[in-house]
Amino acid sequence: MNTSKNNTAQADKGGKQSARNHPFYDPTLKSRHVRSKLFKLFTFLSITFAISFLLFFLGDMIIKGLPAFKQTYIEVDVTYNDKTIKSTRRAIDKKYRKVVSRAWLRNIPRLVKQNPALMGTTQPTWVLANSQVDQYLKGHHYKLKDKYRKLIDTMNQDGKVEMRFNKIFFTHGDSKIPENSGFKSAIVGSVLTLIVTMVVAFPLGVMTAVYLEEFADDNRWTQLIEVNINNLAAIPSILFGLLGLAVFINLFGMPRSSPLVGGLTLALMTLPIIIVSSRAALRSVPDSIRQAGYGLGLTRVQVVQDHVLPLAFPGIMTGSIIGLAQAMGETAPLIIIGMIAFIPDAPGSIFEAATVMPAQIFTWAGMPERAYIERTAAGIMVLISILITLNALAIYLRKKFEVKW
Amino acid sequence: MKKNLKTKVSVKDLNLYYGDNQALHGITMDIYENQITALIGPSGCGKSTFLRCLNRMNDLINSVRIEGNIIIDKKNIYDRDVDEVAVRKRVGMVFQQPNPFPKSIYDNVAYAPLKHGIVKKGPACDELVEKSLIQAGLWNEVKDKLSEPGTSLSGGQQQRLCIARTIAVQPDVILMDEPTSALDPISTEKIEALMLELKKDYTIIIVTHNMQQAGRVADMTAFFHMGDLIEYDDTETIFINPTLKKTEDYITGRYG
Repeated sequence: MNTSKNNTAQADKGGKQSARNHPFYDPTLKSRHVRSKLFKLFTFLSITFAISFLLFFLGDMIIKGLPAFKQTYIEVDVTYNDKTIKSTRRAIDKKYRKVVSRAWLRNIPRLVKQNPALMGTTQPTWVLANSQVDQYLKGHHYKLKDKYRKLIDTMNQDGKVEMRFNKIFFTHGDSKIPENSGFKSAIVGSVLTLIVTMVVAFPLGVMTAVYLEEFADDNRWTQLIEVNINNLAAIPSILFGLLGLAVFINLFGMPRSSPLVGGLTLALMTLPIIIVSSRAALRSVPDSIRQAGYGLGLTRVQVVQDHVLPLAFPGIMTGSIIGLAQAMGETAPLIIIGMIAFIPDAPGSIFEAATVMPAQIFTWAGMPERAYIERTAAGIMVLISILITLNALAIYLRKKFEVKW
Repeated sequence: MKKNLKTKVSVKDLNLYYGDNQALHGITMDIYENQITALIGPSGCGKSTFLRCLNRMNDLINSVRIEGNIIIDKKNIYDRDVDEVAVRKRVGMVFQQPNPFPKSIYDNVAYAPLKHGIVKKGPACDELVEKSLIQAGLWNEVKDKLSEPGTSLSGGQQQRLCIARTIAVQPDVILMDEPTSALDPISTEKIEALMLELKKDYTIIIVTHNMQQAGRVADMTAFFHMGDLIEYDDTETIFINPTLKKTEDYITGRYG
């Protein structure tokens, strides 16, 4: 009351500022408006900043990675006979030898076996081009002599050069010949590893969460366990790799570099994430549901199995999928247990040596050839697409099965 | 105490402690069969705690320690050889907030009887569901939408669904912990009418803050204060001619 009277008095003295002479005039209002506008601006700026970084990263990846999904093929005459099967280089005219992929030439014996009619003939064939030719045509840095550049230019004019979809990227494993290298063994390795991870971590994690949340007494031991689980989630991932190396490989003698060991190691890492998120999901189930169950003479196990778990399930799924996505992107612990090896063939079982997507990206990123840089970006695109899909799936599941109260 | 009435639940010298804190002091009372017994008293007086002793719901709280006997049908439910889950089957409970399971109306009612093996899936179960819903006065409102979720019903309907769910287990005693305090007056009236109907088959014990409600439905009323049973008598006596000044003060709203 007092202040408002003072204000009125001051405004009266001002005379001209009659706008201030009303009961709702607040002298601090203007500066408050300014401050709130500034605050809003800062929050807006920070999100703009974050999004622009993300867009820049994604844009860069797409620009660098997209060309990797196209690969150059050229049409040359290929001679199939006994000599060329033994020494495949000779199948191609000397002029073209330097522009054709060595990897493709290795296929000649197989092609003849598949189609014996080819034997003793010379056929114009679409052949995978060398990575240098590919890079030259894509307008990147290349190491191609003038002679071959001219050759390719003339071939291009004659319609003997074609860009095709790069099937090799999805059907082949890693290779020392850039145009022959693909992501398949890494994808298969990741899938196998994550299957092991989920088979181990999901039941263990959910059961632990159920025990801690629904059955355990709240005493010192459970508190200690709780603190340790939270700490486990914060341990640097490379230490899990060392643990995996020491326990699974050295102690139990499991095969090195295998999805089995990788999966178990990642399971150790994913466990705390699953436990913490499952506990949160269980805790969010209203207690009235448990009370209702007990009131009807149901046992604790019946209440948990039939009422609490189904209600917590969307939350548990979401947390597990996010843990899975995190495990999928994990590299450090897998380096320690040897999953960074050069793996040309996709592993057939969880006991064979394998690599995973992020490890393959890491390997390619260290290669000098331009073609590998392209593949690094393409690999990142594949990995990120899978991660985005998984996260979208998590959101979808949560929305779909969420119970409305 | 009263003529022509059979004692259903006999509470003898019941003490209850939350850790070191004693919440109930030597409660002794007889609750009669096919009567509605109301427990009244100010908040924190122990009436809900007492109610939860009657079906051993307090066992779920670790810090609770209980002394004394509660004898239902000649057996002390706190005897060592009595399983608390079996007690809750015979002594059903309805809560303050309607808490149907987020399942269909049918499953809400059928779930517990199926689990207890009272009925098998099929026509017998359908019959039990129908019977329970009719008894709870909900059948006409939901008979065409039994597969819809129980949570889609209105608050009052949900509470009647909870009652149907409780009687489907075929208990002897039904405990109601402020069953209408979250409901509007019309739903409250329906629940009260239902209680009067149900008392023919069941013994009902109800905790209520609503004095008029106790007056309207209860045959017997017990007044609790600070963990003590102050006075327990015919509802009429308690409301019109209480023996103790404390009871009279509370009933007339002079303190509470």
